[in-house]
Amino acid sequence: MLLFEKSRPGRGCRELPPCDVETVSLPENDRRRKTLHLPALSEVDISRHYSGLARRTHGVNDGFYPLGSCTMKYNPGINEAAASLPGFTQIHPLQGEDTAQGCMEVLHLAEKYLCEITGMDRMTFQPAAGAHGEFTGLLLIKAYHESRQDRKRTKILVPDSAHGTNPASASMAGYSVVSIPSNSDGCVDIEKLKEAAGDDVAGLMLTNPNTVGLFDRNILEITEIVHQCGGLCYYDGANLNAVMGIARPGDMGFDIVHLNLHKTFSTPHGGGGPGSGPVGCREFLADFLPSVLVSEKAPYRFEKPSQSIGEMKSFYGNFLVVVRALTYLLTLGKEGIPEASQNAVLNANYLRCHLKDLYPMAYDATCMHEFVMSLSDLKKETGISAMDIAKGLLDHGIHPPTMYFPLIVDEALMAEPTETESRETLDEAIGVFRSLYRLAQEDPEKLHAAPVTTPVTRLDEVTAARHPVLRYEFQTEDEA
Amino acid sequence: MELREELLYSKSHEWVKKEGDEAVIGLTDYAQSELGDLVFVNLPEEDEEVTAGESFADVESVKAVSDVYSPVTGVVSAVNEELLDAPEMINESPYDAWFVRVKDITAEEELLSAEEYEAFVESEKNS
Repeated sequence: MLLFEKSRPGRGCRELPPCDVETVSLPENDRRRKTLHLPALSEVDISRHYSGLARRTHGVNDGFYPLGSCTMKYNPGINEAAASLPGFTQIHPLQGEDTAQGCMEVLHLAEKYLCEITGMDRMTFQPAAGAHGEFTGLLLIKAYHESRQDRKRTKILVPDSAHGTNPASASMAGYSVVSIPSNSDGCVDIEKLKEAAGDDVAGLMLTNPNTVGLFDRNILEITEIVHQCGGLCYYDGANLNAVMGIARPGDMGFDIVHLNLHKTFSTPHGGGGPGSGPVGCREFLADFLPSVLVSEKAPYRFEKPSQSIGEMKSFYGNFLVVVRALTYLLTLGKEGIPEASQNAVLNANYLRCHLKDLYPMAYDATCMHEFVMSLSDLKKETGISAMDIAKGLLDHGIHPPTMYFPLIVDEALMAEPTETESRETLDEAIGVFRSLYRLAQEDPEKLHAAPVTTPVTRLDEVTAARHPVLRYEFQTEDEA
Repeated sequence: MELREELLYSKSHEWVKKEGDEAVIGLTDYAQSELGDLVFVNLPEEDEEVTAGESFADVESVKAVSDVYSPVTGVVSAVNEELLDAPEMINESPYDAWFVRVKDITAEEELLSAEEYEAFVESEKNS
């Protein structure tokens, strides 16, 4: 039941403090004529409403969440404590630089540390999420080529294992996308890359480790091939959790990097985040970055890059998310950051090794932070698909791995446990996976019916996609 | 898997119906069953050029978006816009749910007969 349906005329609660600034009225013409459909509820009803919703959902605070490529690590409480400090919350984006030096220092330090981790020279915090960062990075590539009057570059190379957002962002930026096939090891096919490289290539977008959880050993050759043809190399930071503090995209030959603070740097993820997708670049691209940047030395000043591509978001991006990420960086320190990655890789391999006899790996090799299983044999033998196993996991309080992705693997389940899970949690999950495999052999009907313990069971995804209901229909327009 | 004797087939699972100088193109029954329930279709516009072996449309299921490749090079002379509102037609009746009609054909991919396509699908399944 929605808040609107629980609403009763005359109820309410006084949550807003008295207004401490002068009130102004809008001109008559700009005023709303119809009443707002604001729900009227008492405080206890609202509280119960949201507690009820929280009980019906599953977050990393509720249980294991090995959603591949999403890095659902635990978000430490200390991040929230820092982000709640009044010095960070009681500020205004337009207040004078002299009175916001502490906040500017946060942006400066976060930029400095994240540049050190990525091997980049400058970084913008404006992009609000990963795909937004990709789009920003592509606009940087475009601005770079245009600044050199090099207008023949119309293509972006993207491996066929890439996240769907890569080709989508490239299209949004006006490029045509050329898909580069993977070889049988799941890595970039070097010969195919060479064939595609030419003076019409604006750049390459790549994740490393890639989407199947493997570190591409040819990475230096790959970036070299692209540079040779005059293109730039873009690093999708989705999988940085495997290598942070250990291998730097800049050293791999990348020119631009986006990070997902909400994945790798333990800020809230999902449910509206908000996210943060900072974009770092090498010095020769820094002049194109979105405005504004914080000066490198105190007293801090805001600087607008001379050939800036413009604003990607208002002001400084999701600032309090940057506060949380900086808190994480400072808490872990230079020893803790690589250790987190090492444990992420260790946990993924532990899980992989205890599952691979029942769930064949798409690429049977030591993985990085995640791995991809293929359930196509299980489906042929028992009719149980990756979807059925995923639904079965829900009945055991485990969020399923990413399903049917990457597209180059049939019946794919992609698992990323992250470093914040204990051995006990992993062992329990291994037990559940193995029991579901046995259930698939012995009583597949039971798995077809799963989940049975969740607030909703199998959803009709097809009808939801074909006939989406996107807004609540009020009974009558005047009822409020 | 349903096949129609009178149609030709591409290895990327499109069917082609030759009508005079023009070709009508759609997705095969095997393709729709592999893709699952389709929920969205992106079609080219009339007068757009299509190239043999290159994508001219895409279809979206709840699992993934997949490209649809043109078996011929030519110019789109008609588009089946009914599919936009009713992508389920491709699942229900793949050989009636045509995507585009192509004129001015200058090149075409290697196309298979129904029998050859059936053998090709079997060999793909076992690979």
